[in-house]
Amino acid sequence: MSVTMSERAAKHVTNFIAKRGKGIGVRLGVRTSGCSGMAYKLEFADDREDEDLTFESHGVTILVDPKSLPYLDGTELDYVREGLNEGFRFNNPNVKDACGCGESFNV
Amino acid sequence: MALLQLSEPGQSEAPHQHRLAVGIDLGTTNSLVATVRNGMAVCLNDLDGKAMLPSVVRYQADGSVVVGREAALALTRDPRNTIASVKRFMGRGLKDVTHIESTPYDFVDAPGMVKLRTVQGPKSPVEVSAEILKVLKVRGEASLGGELTGAVITVPAYFDDAQRQATKDAASLAGLNVLRLLNEPTAAAIAYGLDNAAEGVYAVYDLGGGTFDISILRLTKGVFEVLATNGDAALGGDDFDHRLFCWSLDRAQIEPPSAVDVRRLLGKAREAKELLSHTEEALLSCQLDSGEAVSLTVSRQVFADITANLVRKTLAPMRKALRDAGLKPDEVKGVVMVGGATRMPHVQRAVAEFFGQEPLTNLDPDKVVALGAAKQANALAGNRSADEDWLLLDVIPLSLGLETMGGLAEKVIPRNATIPVARAQEFTTYKDGQTAMAFHVVQGERELVSDCRSLARFELRGIPPMVAGAARIRVTFQVDADGLLSVSAREMSSGVEASVTVKPSYGLSDDEIATMLRSGIDHAGDDMSARSLREQQVEANRLVEATRQALADDPELLQAEERAGVEALVRTLEALAAGDDLAAIKRGVTALNKGTETFASRRMDKSIRSALTGQNIDQLEV
Repeated sequence: MSVTMSERAAKHVTNFIAKRGKGIGVRLGVRTSGCSGMAYKLEFADDREDEDLTFESHGVTILVDPKSLPYLDGTELDYVREGLNEGFRFNNPNVKDACGCGESFNV
Repeated sequence: MALLQLSEPGQSEAPHQHRLAVGIDLGTTNSLVATVRNGMAVCLNDLDGKAMLPSVVRYQADGSVVVGREAALALTRDPRNTIASVKRFMGRGLKDVTHIESTPYDFVDAPGMVKLRTVQGPKSPVEVSAEILKVLKVRGEASLGGELTGAVITVPAYFDDAQRQATKDAASLAGLNVLRLLNEPTAAAIAYGLDNAAEGVYAVYDLGGGTFDISILRLTKGVFEVLATNGDAALGGDDFDHRLFCWSLDRAQIEPPSAVDVRRLLGKAREAKELLSHTEEALLSCQLDSGEAVSLTVSRQVFADITANLVRKTLAPMRKALRDAGLKPDEVKGVVMVGGATRMPHVQRAVAEFFGQEPLTNLDPDKVVALGAAKQANALAGNRSADEDWLLLDVIPLSLGLETMGGLAEKVIPRNATIPVARAQEFTTYKDGQTAMAFHVVQGERELVSDCRSLARFELRGIPPMVAGAARIRVTFQVDADGLLSVSAREMSSGVEASVTVKPSYGLSDDEIATMLRSGIDHAGDDMSARSLREQQVEANRLVEATRQALADDPELLQAEERAGVEALVRTLEALAAGDDLAAIKRGVTALNKGTETFASRRMDKSIRSALTGQNIDQLEV
């Protein structure tokens, strides 16, 4: 089981953490909410919880809580640019369908 | 698909909950838009990677409008239709405009606020500013991938109510929801104070393109308090360009040139000024239409000498602001520099000498205001994180008061009162049996009403007749968080009341604003296409419903094949309305309208017949 991020995403995360001045990595997770059932969580991480699973990807620590992991297994976090807009995208093989905007999904 | 941003721990929003908010620095020379992304304020760039949008709007003969660098390129070619530094004219009458002789514009003196005659007709500064805001709005929405919840727009601390209201009107004309107007120096303090978490008393020295502001702020435990503001609403980097321009005319011994030449030479003066911030010498050379050529070498020292009086002009407001705050220069812990003009070495030197310390320049002076506005917008939109629980106290820049007998101004709210604020004062009648009272609301520091700015007039009627001095009339001044004023007067014994909201004295009526809003929609481009799609869908659905109803009401008016034809058109339009092809829906609407013409005229005949039935010709009034 693993969760990874692209080199580009890692570069941005490293940069954001440096500018923010603190943080041990990023926390990825899922929550039940949104129009298609689940929603992603993408946050700076300041602390590691005991039950957290950790992954390293291009020098960035990724923390995932055990309940979220089954829904995220195999996911690669990417950073993309679409015209003027830019941001993170979850490339998640578990997703069956997502709502139009992709903020919320179903497995 | 929406792209995600990093949130603070525990702050992940539910899907579709993140409110997109931007901060906009609507500047005299350049404008910027910024937002908070991944927990940090950043300026949003255009497709060329540039954050600064030159505040230049060009009205073209074909009815189109160009904003920014492309418009700036036409400054020399088409000076009358290419409006730069329009912020100077916001809420201003013709008599308030300085250096009118060296602007290339064709002014129309409208009541209260000037208009500029262009190839597309007279344009008010509000409309011109709205064009700039529209471009920033489109950029914001494209960058953030959604519709904006709102924007914080910055204004110079010294802007009076008319100028603030003009700014708000420009924003609504551009389709922006204004969360708050924020004083520029306060925005800079937010950018510096929060990013660097430095406490103490700070001075913000903001020398922008067209305005100078000095603000004294106290930052304690994340709370900003504006202790005093002062400035000069008509002093900025443009004046340095202008000074260099006049110097070059004098040196080259040439006559005041044509509008095109003025623009060209001013542009060269600006380039030379900017170069002198990095080099000791710059060449000012320009080929004029008049056939004459200007070629002058200007040294940093000469430039400093000829503009020394402009730099000195910034010192008096600095002294006044410090005196208002009850502070001495050495009690100021740091000086924040804002505005591109603060890059000039002799400006930095003068500020350093005045305060006895080097000013802070670690944030880009061109971007710092927009970044602070973005933080404020993010907080006001409800995206603030737990450790950013700050509060902002702002002050009114000019005293507000009433005219009393003898043309004197009685101050009700003194300047530098923190806002929002409400103050009441009692007045009385001066004649026996007086039943009405006129109020004249003024803004300014001067004692004589004629020296203050007139904001509004209103009357209180229905005061019960009594002897002079017996009536008690309570006048309440209220200033909201945007710095906008409402005034009410109430006679205490009878309870009669009158009030006025200081809508600007510059003479734009609500109707005019509504008309401008409508024409704004007509001219809007991509940002409005979603809106027109929805409008067209609504129109299509309305037509589908109406036609179905008509078919049900008057089935006998159509032959079977005619009916089938209409029904087919209805079904087609219904299917199209569910999609998002604007042009196709429009075609469908037109087709259905055309396809039902015969039906409609038969229905019209029928209803006229039924209206006429049973009446004879005498009863009809033609």
